[in-house]
Amino acid sequence: MVGQPLDAAWAIAWLKLSAAVVAENRLRLIELDRSIGDGDHGENMDRGFAAIVAKLAEETPATPGAAFKLAAMTLMSKVGGAAGPLYGTAFLRAATAVGESATLDPAALAGALAAARDGVVARGKAELGDKTMVDAWSPAVDAAASAAAAGADGAAVLDAAAEAAEAGAVATDPLTARKGRASYLGERSAGHRDPGAASSALILRAAARAAAGEAA
Amino acid sequence: MRVGLVIVSHSAQLADGLVELAAQMAPDVTLLAAGGMDAGPDGVSGIGTSLEKVMDAVSGADAGAGVLVLADLGSAVMTAEAALEFLGGPENVVLAHAALVEGAVAAAVTAQSGADLELVKKAAETAFTPVDGPVQGGTGGGTAVVDPPAPSGAGNGAVSAELQLINPMGLHARPAATLAGALGAMDVDIEINGVDGQSVMMLMTLGAGEGTTLSVTASGSDAARAVDLVRTEVENGFGEL
Repeated sequence: MVGQPLDAAWAIAWLKLSAAVVAENRLRLIELDRSIGDGDHGENMDRGFAAIVAKLAEETPATPGAAFKLAAMTLMSKVGGAAGPLYGTAFLRAATAVGESATLDPAALAGALAAARDGVVARGKAELGDKTMVDAWSPAVDAAASAAAAGADGAAVLDAAAEAAEAGAVATDPLTARKGRASYLGERSAGHRDPGAASSALILRAAARAAAGEAA
Repeated sequence: MRVGLVIVSHSAQLADGLVELAAQMAPDVTLLAAGGMDAGPDGVSGIGTSLEKVMDAVSGADAGAGVLVLADLGSAVMTAEAALEFLGGPENVVLAHAALVEGAVAAAVTAQSGADLELVKKAAETAFTPVDGPVQGGTGGGTAVVDPPAPSGAGNGAVSAELQLINPMGLHARPAATLAGALGAMDVDIEINGVDGQSVMMLMTLGAGEGTTLSVTASGSDAARAVDLVRTEVENGFGEL
C-alpha cells in the first residue's frame, strides 16, 4: 500500500475523519458508556471533535505537531469528562514527540503513538488489562513499532496500529474494570466493551484511513 | 506578595462558591475559580472542566509568589495536571492533593499570613487529617466537649492559659482563620482544647461558642507571644463586640 506522506494535511484529515466517525458512532459510544459508566462518552467526544473541526476552519496548522497541539488544547477544554485530559494528553505528548517535523517517517510515527500511549498511562494511571483506553492503545503501539521496524510505510504502520487497537477494544469485553467509573461496578463491568477503548480504536482507524488517502 | 489559589471543579457554581467562602478569610489572596466547561452558546458552563479556564486562572492568580491549584474529583485533577504540563511544568505552580473545601480554606488562610508556596500546599494537604482531634465537633455553635490537655503534661518552657470566649459568635470561621493565620507564622507548637492552633480547620471543628473556655498550651520560642496573641484576640472578642 502506498499511502500519503504523513504531513500536516494528513494530520488535519485524520482529525476531521475522527470527528466524522465519532459523530457517526455517538449513540453507540453513549450506549457502551451507559452500560458501565455515566453515558456521556459519546456526547463528550462528539462535542470535543466538533470543536476541533470548528477550530480547523479558523486556522490551518503547518505541521503534524501543530495539528496535534490544536487537538490537545481543544479536547482538554471542550470534552468535559475524563476523556478530555486523557485524549488531550495523548495528543499533547504526540505533539511534543514529533516537534516541528513537516513529515513523519514510520519511526517518528511509531514514537509519537508510543508517547501518546505513555501520556494516557501517566495521566490516568491505568495499566494494560484495566479495561480502559490503554487496552486499545498499547497493542496499537506495539503493532506500530513492529511494522515500522519491518520497513512498512506510514500508512501500513497506521493500518497495523488500527487493527491492533480494534482487537484490543474487543478484548476488553470480558475484563473487569479496575480504573475509571466502570470500576465501581466491579465484576458487573465484565461483558461490556470499554467505551474509551472503542473510541480509541475508531480514532486510530481514522488515522489509517487518512494515510490511505481518504479525505474527510 | 502572596501565594495565589486556583479552584478547579466540575461545577462552576461550586468553584465560585468556594472562592467566595475562602476569600472571606483571606481578603488579600488572589483566589480564582476554574469551574465547569467553557460556556456554551447559551452562556452556561456545563459540568466538566476546561483546560483553558484552568490555564487562564493559573496565569491570573500568580502575583509572583506562586500558585496552588486545588481540584475536586477525577477528571478535574487530570485537567489540572494536564494544564501544568501544557504550561511546561512551571516550578511555582503546584497541585495540592487535598480535600477541596477544607484544603482551600486552610490554604487561603495560610496564604493570607504570607507563607510561601510549600507551606500553603502543606496547609491544604493536612487540613483534613483529624487523627489527633475531634471529628464530630461543632454541631452548630454549641460548647465544645473536648478533653483539654492535662496542664501537667506541658514540658519545660510551656506556656498555658485558660480563656473564655466572650463574643456571641464564638470561635467561628473568621476568628479561627485569624488565630490560625497569625499562629502559623510563629515558631510555636500550640494546642487549643486539644487541637492544633495553627490549623484553621481543626479550630473550626471545636465548634466553640460564647462562654466556652479555651485551654491553650504552647511551647517553642514564640510560645509566650502566641498565647498573648490568643488572649488578646479572645479578650477583644475578635473585634466583634
